[in-house]
Amino acid sequence: MKQNPDWPDDLPLALATEGTHGPVIHDVNRAARLAGVTRGARATDMRALCPSLRIEDAMPDADRAALDRLVFWARRWGPFSARDGDDGLVLDTTGADHLFGGEAAMLADMQARFALAGLTARLAVAPNWGAAWALARFGPERAISHDGADLLPLPVAALRLSDDTLLLLRRLGLKRIGDLAAIPRLSLTRRFHRAPAGDNPLIRLDQAMGRQAEPVSAKDAPEVIQSRAALAEPVQDPTDWLPGLTADLCDQMAARDLGCRRLILSVFRVDGERRDITVATAAPSREAAHLLRLFDGRLDRLDPDYGFDLITLTARAVEPLAAAQPGLDGRVDEALHLSRLIDRLSSRFGAGAISRPALAAHHIPERAQTGGALIEAEAPPPPDMPTRPIRLLTPPEEIRVLYAIPEGPPAQFIWRRQTLRVARYAGPERIAPEWWHDRPGTRLRDYFRIEDAQGRRLWIFREGLAHDGRGGPPRWFLHGVFA
Amino acid sequence: MAILSFPAVNAPPAPIPAAPALSEIFLPPVLDAGGMGFLMAQLTQVAGPVLWVQDRQTRRESGAPYLPGLGGQSLLLVELSRPADVLMALEDGLRCPALSAVVGEIWGDPAVLDFTATRRLAVRSEAAGIPCWLLRRGAHPNASAARNRLRIGTLPSAADPDDPASPGDPRWQVELFRCRAAPPGTWAVRHERASDRLDFADLAGDRALVETKPGLAG
Repeated sequence: MKQNPDWPDDLPLALATEGTHGPVIHDVNRAARLAGVTRGARATDMRALCPSLRIEDAMPDADRAALDRLVFWARRWGPFSARDGDDGLVLDTTGADHLFGGEAAMLADMQARFALAGLTARLAVAPNWGAAWALARFGPERAISHDGADLLPLPVAALRLSDDTLLLLRRLGLKRIGDLAAIPRLSLTRRFHRAPAGDNPLIRLDQAMGRQAEPVSAKDAPEVIQSRAALAEPVQDPTDWLPGLTADLCDQMAARDLGCRRLILSVFRVDGERRDITVATAAPSREAAHLLRLFDGRLDRLDPDYGFDLITLTARAVEPLAAAQPGLDGRVDEALHLSRLIDRLSSRFGAGAISRPALAAHHIPERAQTGGALIEAEAPPPPDMPTRPIRLLTPPEEIRVLYAIPEGPPAQFIWRRQTLRVARYAGPERIAPEWWHDRPGTRLRDYFRIEDAQGRRLWIFREGLAHDGRGGPPRWFLHGVFA
Repeated sequence: MAILSFPAVNAPPAPIPAAPALSEIFLPPVLDAGGMGFLMAQLTQVAGPVLWVQDRQTRRESGAPYLPGLGGQSLLLVELSRPADVLMALEDGLRCPALSAVVGEIWGDPAVLDFTATRRLAVRSEAAGIPCWLLRRGAHPNASAARNRLRIGTLPSAADPDDPASPGDPRWQVELFRCRAAPPGTWAVRHERASDRLDFADLAGDRALVETKPGLAG
């Protein structure tokens, strides 16, 4: 199973993790596999082998988390499912395949639905976990097996053994499962009696052949906190039901000491369509009045068509939230109020519209301010900061310099067709590029604080020096305005 | 409660009332950050984050607040496209008791910023006890319910004692042309950056007017 980012599948792509001696290939797509890129190899070697290979960082933790969510999604085909290692799912479909028209049709359905989700899946149906694992990885496409004999031609690597054990088996000349199965059990028991159960060829063989049971222990799906209103007649406007639904949902969350960070209002229209409105909060909450207010102005975008007869309100991103007690001194909880304000603003204007600037340790002025986390403890400002403007233009605007003093600011320049004369100036303050961030060839900047005759105080800089070998003559920019 | 503090014993009283209310600052050109400097000099003495809402035109024409120049004042910056959204965000901000001030920047004279809209802001601001400031560029002083209306421009800066060729402490021309609780006036205000205080000096000949009405301190 592979990630499928915006990269066509017929171009080689590999994911790499940090190894002891540089990046190591973690996983490859089909094109890369055909080009000879192998897992576990060094990324530099593989790039030499396949120059067009694109290498991206693997995110094993995120993959695992995604797989954990996929486990529950996969329960549409069977009641028990679990994550199998870091790259597989195991699903118990006993007695469920006829619902999809047989095993072959079920596999085709699975493959189609995984493909819709952007995932490539290799599938197999077998009487037990071990055999299915082997066939999915080493067997034919969409293998269906009812007999342990199908496994005999597969390599011993299909038995879920560690690399050390596989190396040992290869040295013993045992290449296929059939070779291993032909050896008397007593000899295998003797040879591998010290191996742990998960790495013992005999136990793994028994599991794959169905001689030893290996049940799937499926986790319970997280409980969905939802309140619903089934209406006798279709209606066009959910406003009247919303307070009751929200109050009910908040009661359910309060009973479990939970709070939600996302609320989804779904209306089920009479023509079978569904419309959702999602609102989000910055901190978990279960206060009905606050959650209700997040829907202000959002319900207009709901397209009711001929009306809807079922409304559900679902709490998502549920987190533990202990009951809070107001302080004895009666002070307002500032962090709480602020997070509520952020919720209201971001639900109305979108999360991208709001930022909480924070200072960052950088020399380059654009990087000295970052969009910090919205809810965060205040950091005290550093004691002495260089003089900086109170407004910054992004990006800096180019100015046309008429008379430049060689090592000083221009005497006069044109900005947006206005001519400004420099009356007083301070500087230069030289800010060199941050070589650990910037591209080679980035030019240094000489900043000047200038003031014109009317008292407008500006921050201008010259990018580069004459004859510094990094481009043409230096250019001038207006970057900020002082108070 | 006073927003302006005057450490010197015999300093003149604050000529601008300090009770939390809606104030409008008119700034003439694009490159003039004097009004913002005057505003920030008043905000540095309050604790808690400031909600700063900008419309797109202002951001494009005259940039955005820059934290390293603001002395670490905690900001919650909201960038919106329409003036109506800015007004909505300002009203929403005035509901939040954790904020120390609410600042909106609106370009020009949009139709939504009429007397009713300013009155809503003024009433909310006074009820919540949070000062609300409107920074207006390229705008005309039309009918408004703002309690204080100021016009602020820059003046050549004070001399720098260390380097006469470089700009020193900023000076602004502050004209209070409409105010409920104080007589109007025009001052040359100097911001002493080292001690972070404002020096007011009368520019127009209405010193007599100020002195004849005692009790103007905020």
